[in-house]
Amino acid sequence: MTAVVTTAAPALRPPRRPNYRRRRQLAKAGSAALGIVLLIWWVLPVYNMVLIAIDPTGSTEFAGYIWPPAPTLDAFHTVLFEGYWYLRDFWRQFGNSAYIGAATMVLTVIISSLAGFALGRMRLSRGWIVSNAALLIYAVPAYFLIIPYFRLMHSYGLMDSLWAIVAIDVTFAAPYALLILQWYGRLIPIELDEAARIDGATPLQVYSKIYIPLMAPALAAVGTYALLVSWNEYLYQFLLLNSPGKKTVAIAIAEFFENDDSPWNLMVAAGLIYSLPPIVTFFALRRYIASGLTMGAVKG
Amino acid sequence: MSGTQDVLPIASRAVKRGRRWPDWAQHLHGSEFAWAIAFVVPYAAVLVVFALYPVLYGLWTASDPALYAELFDSDDYFDAVVTTLIYVGVGVNLDMFLALLLSGYFMRKEWWVKALLVISILPWALPAQVAFISWHWMLIYPGFIDSLSWNIFGVDGPDWFHNYWTSLGSMIIAYSWKNVPFWTLILLAGRMVIPQDLYDAAEIDGASGLRRFTHLVVPLLGNLYFVCTLLATVWMLGDFNTPEMVTSGAPDGSTDVLATMGADLLLEKGNPALGLATVVSAVPVLIPIGILLVRRLQVREVQL
Repeated sequence: MTAVVTTAAPALRPPRRPNYRRRRQLAKAGSAALGIVLLIWWVLPVYNMVLIAIDPTGSTEFAGYIWPPAPTLDAFHTVLFEGYWYLRDFWRQFGNSAYIGAATMVLTVIISSLAGFALGRMRLSRGWIVSNAALLIYAVPAYFLIIPYFRLMHSYGLMDSLWAIVAIDVTFAAPYALLILQWYGRLIPIELDEAARIDGATPLQVYSKIYIPLMAPALAAVGTYALLVSWNEYLYQFLLLNSPGKKTVAIAIAEFFENDDSPWNLMVAAGLIYSLPPIVTFFALRRYIASGLTMGAVKG
Repeated sequence: MSGTQDVLPIASRAVKRGRRWPDWAQHLHGSEFAWAIAFVVPYAAVLVVFALYPVLYGLWTASDPALYAELFDSDDYFDAVVTTLIYVGVGVNLDMFLALLLSGYFMRKEWWVKALLVISILPWALPAQVAFISWHWMLIYPGFIDSLSWNIFGVDGPDWFHNYWTSLGSMIIAYSWKNVPFWTLILLAGRMVIPQDLYDAAEIDGASGLRRFTHLVVPLLGNLYFVCTLLATVWMLGDFNTPEMVTSGAPDGSTDVLATMGADLLLEKGNPALGLATVVSAVPVLIPIGILLVRRLQVREVQL
């Protein structure tokens, strides 16, 4: 008996286990190191812009500094108070950019949600023609239409009109918006529409009282996407808007390149201020955007 | 957000037992049909007036075969085609692969990973013009990267825009910086839909991290990855901002792509028909992509 116990004792000793704790700590350290590398990678170009903007002459980066010797916020002051030739109408230009962005956002949301409702919820017969046409148009890259737009805006009488830019931005934002809305719409049970219809609601009431509130995350996502499309667009503004009163911040920034000796700190400061609306909008709505852009797009 | 969460279980049940459309929606007539048409008209009008008509107008303007003969004789065009193919071919695959890896990283639970996910969206939200000008100045010689290299390592940084390959590489890097976060977000959503049971089962079977990735994540995300690759190809093929603002064609116009070459022929050289032929020549590539997009995306969800 004693012998049995003695021989069994080594077998009861717990087997050697891999050192999970050490492995976990190593993984954590690796994750933190990768996080730092990614942080630097994503922030570096923004830091570069800040560096130029806070330099009194805007030429620090070309002089071998990674921090200006005498940093100043004067460039932002000059931009905000329109104290330079190219920026003398900064706030009007900013207003024009905001007008284009807001109109693109609102129109894209309205137009694509109406179409998404008719195609996805009302099952309009032959609606697939519109859906497929939208997808095919989506396969046409935006800048492949530079020349037709240049000619056509002349014939539509929209040259030097902010609405020409709005129309172009809506055209390129709407197909993706419709796609997202149709995907997301599948998450909402059709029985809700059915119940409302039985209670006597008109299609317009179903759209406004059921579809729109339940689609809020997807609408926030497509609205922000449309805003980003309009804020990223620069060539059509440069091509189609000529008069001083119609210029946007994107055009003002491009004008700095007409002169090799331009004060780059002012240009970058204007660019940083111009970047704020989409960033603020994005971060304010990011919870909705993440779910709206992606939740309908995948199915397990 | 909460509305979405409430709706999801009901929606998944509806999907499981097959979609049942109400009678009123199956056969629209009378006022219902009029409402549906009224809802679609604004979208269809935008599509016809600002997309279909310009596309047809462009095809008609560039229909003269002599334009293509002139184009195919041009060395600049051949160079732009090669540059576009490398730019899009390498760029799209690099972007998507990085996004796939990063989406795995963002599945981790640490607080700094969650904070980084928020920061990672910054490049996507930043206006392209501002972001790419910054990239241009970072890479120009002497520029910020050169300053960093000198201050930290004591060596001169490379002159990115003096050599074709480094110049093309800088375009691809800058484009990735701006767009990888968006694709990461999409693929992250795809990964989150993969049931945890599958990961647990793989772990019990002794699958390592790499084997879980190759035998579980890759097959399940394959379809979503393919659709994203198609969309990314379309976006990058039409990208004007990056080549124009990061390299401006340097050195000597060698990094011009089809989009910048077309714009240059219109704006600088006053030859719109040839500029249009330049971009229309990419249609044979775009048609199969468009058809694949329609087949894969048509109204239904992207299946994992």
